[in-house]
Amino acid sequence: MAVELPFEKPLVELRLKIEELKRFTEERGIDMSEEVATLEAKSKALSESIYRDLQPWQKVQIARHPERPTTLDYIRDLCVDFVELHGDRNFRDDPAIVGGIGRFDGYPITVIGTQKGRDTKENLYRNFGMAHPEGYRKALRLMKQAEKFRRPVLCFIDTAGAYPGTGGEERGQGEAIARNLIEMAELTVPIVCIVTGEGGSGGALGLAIGDHLMMLEHAWYSVISPESAASILWKDASQAQRAADSMKITAQDLLRFGIVDEILPEPLGGAQRAPAEMIETVRMAVKRAFAQLRTLDTETLLAARYQKYRVIGAWTEDAGTIYEVPQAATTTASLDAEPTAASDTQELDDLAYVARKTTED
Amino acid sequence: MLKDLFPQKKRKYATITPHPSARERVPEGIVDKCKGCGEIILALELEKHAKTCPRCGYHFSLGAMERVGYTLDEGSFVELFGQVRSTDPLSFPEYPGKLQKAQQLTGLTEGVVTGYGTIEGQPVAIGVMDGRFIMGSMGSAVGEKLTRIAEYATEQRMPLVYFTVSGGARMQEAIFSLMQMAKVSVALARHNREGLLYVAVLTHPTTGGVTASFAMQGDLNIAEPGAMIGFAGPGVIEKTIRQKLPEGFQTAEFVMEHGMLDGVVHRKEMRNYLGRILSLHREGGEPDGRRTAL
Repeated sequence: MAVELPFEKPLVELRLKIEELKRFTEERGIDMSEEVATLEAKSKALSESIYRDLQPWQKVQIARHPERPTTLDYIRDLCVDFVELHGDRNFRDDPAIVGGIGRFDGYPITVIGTQKGRDTKENLYRNFGMAHPEGYRKALRLMKQAEKFRRPVLCFIDTAGAYPGTGGEERGQGEAIARNLIEMAELTVPIVCIVTGEGGSGGALGLAIGDHLMMLEHAWYSVISPESAASILWKDASQAQRAADSMKITAQDLLRFGIVDEILPEPLGGAQRAPAEMIETVRMAVKRAFAQLRTLDTETLLAARYQKYRVIGAWTEDAGTIYEVPQAATTTASLDAEPTAASDTQELDDLAYVARKTTED
Repeated sequence: MLKDLFPQKKRKYATITPHPSARERVPEGIVDKCKGCGEIILALELEKHAKTCPRCGYHFSLGAMERVGYTLDEGSFVELFGQVRSTDPLSFPEYPGKLQKAQQLTGLTEGVVTGYGTIEGQPVAIGVMDGRFIMGSMGSAVGEKLTRIAEYATEQRMPLVYFTVSGGARMQEAIFSLMQMAKVSVALARHNREGLLYVAVLTHPTTGGVTASFAMQGDLNIAEPGAMIGFAGPGVIEKTIRQKLPEGFQTAEFVMEHGMLDGVVHRKEMRNYLGRILSLHREGGEPDGRRTAL
C-alpha cells in the first residue's frame, strides 16, 4: 500500500472518486467513461500543479518517503557482478553504510552509500541509515582500495546525519568524518556523488567530497535537519517548516549557489512513484559524469576538485569593521513574505561578487 | 553518649549581610570566580597563571587575541586577512543583528583571527577561533580565513597551528557553513601533501562540524585539560539514547583515552610544548640540537 503524504490528500480523494466511478461502470453497466476521463484529466493537472510548486518542507517529506529507491536498489540495477565488501578492519561492519565493487557501463567501479531500511526491522538493522565511525572508515578503506586499482568511486548519500550516540563518540565520529574529508580531497581517482534523499550535515559530507555532485530533484542537503535547526534556533522543533524555508536546503537552491553541479529530475510525484525510471535517469547521468571525468589526468582532476570547494562561501572584504544591519533585515517579517524576484537577483549578484572576489585573489 | 544521638541544633556561624556599598568597592575585573572550584582569584593572579585556576587547574575561556598573546612570542604577531567578514547570504532571520552584536562584544570582525608570528623564535602561521563570536560557529568568513592562512602557510612553507573553539557550523549560513568544512579540508590536504606540519589545539568547547573537520586533521591533535570535545553535543546524545551521560564523557582526557588525541597540554605549558614540536619539525633539522625541559 502506497504511503501518502499530507499534501497529497486532494489527489488521493480524486483517485478514490475515479475508482468508484469505474466500479460503478462495471457493476451497473452504465457508461461513465466520459466522467472518468474528465476526472483523470483533472487529477493529472492537479498533480502537476502540486509537484511543480513543492515547498521545501514538502520536499523534505518526499525525500524521506519510505518507498524511495535505496542505495542497494540503485546498485543492484546499475551494476553487474556487484560484490559487497564489509568491515573497516578495526571494529566492525557498519550496516548503515554499504559498499563494494561492480561493473558499471563496462568498467569496474567502487560504489559506496548510506543505506536506509524499508521497514522497522530493517531500519533497526541499518540504524535508519545513520552511520557510526566504522561506517566512514569502511568507506575510506574502499576508496583507498579503489585508488590502488584505479577504479572511479560512486557515492550515494541518503542520511539524516551521522549517529549521535555514545559509541560513536567513543570511537571518534568527528575524527572519522574529518579523515574522509581530507583523504577524499586528494583521492587520485574520479569521485561522483549523488544525494538521493536526505543530505544531513557532516554525516552526508563525509561521503560527499567529489568531482561531480548531483542531487535528485526533491532531495535536501544542509548543515542540519530542519527539526534540529528549529529546536536550536527557536527552541521549538515544530518550527521545522520555517527552518526548512530559511535554510535554503533544496536541490534548486544548491544549484543556484553553485554547490551542486546537476539536478536529476524525478518522476512526477517523486522517485518512489517510478523507481525504474529514476534509476535509469541516474544511470545516464553517472555515465555522462564518468565519461567526462575519465578524460582528465590526475593533476587536472585534483586541481578542479580543489577549486570546486575553494570558491564556496559568501563573504566581503569591503572597508568598515562592523556589520551594518540593513534596514530590511532588521525586521523578521520578511520571512513570511513571498520571495520577490528582486531579492533573488540580489542574492545571485552577491554570489557572482563572491566568485569574482575569489578569482581576483 | 545518648546525648550525642540527639544533637542540638547549634548555630555555628553568623550571617553577615554585606554593606550595600561593598560590591561597588571591588571594581569590575579585579577578581574572578573559578567555575571549576569556586575559588575567588585576583585578576592579577589569574593573569600570572595564563587564566587557569592556581588551585584546581580550571582553564578560563580566552578571547582570540588573548590566546595569541599567551601563545606567540611577544610582539611577533602579524594579522592577515582581518577584513574578511560574513555577509548574510541566505537573508536568515535575525542573523545581521547577531553578527553585529558579536562584533561589538569581541571587537573582532569574525570568529577567527589569522596571521603569523613566532613561537620560541620559530615562525608559524596560526588561526585562533573566538568562542564568544556566535558560539565560535563557523560561517563562510571563518572558513575563508582558515583556508587563506592554510594556503599562505603552504606557499611560505610554514608550519600551521589552529586553536579551535566552536559550537560547530553556523546554522544561519546553512549549506555554506557545511561546505567550509570541505573548503578548509582541501586546503589542509595540500599543506599536508607538501610535507608541512599542522597542529590542531582543541580548546573548550570544540564540537560539531569543527570536530568533524580541521580540529581532527592535525599531524598532532592536542587539547587543553577539561575541554569538552565531541561531534554531537551532549544534549543531542542524551535525547537520542534517552539516558544521562556519565561524568567526564567527552572531556579532553576521555577523548585522549579513546585514542583521538596525542596529548592534553596545560595552557601554561602550551608555548613550550608547541615550541618543542615546531623545533622537532624544522626543515633540515637543527644542527645544535635543542635542549628541552622534558
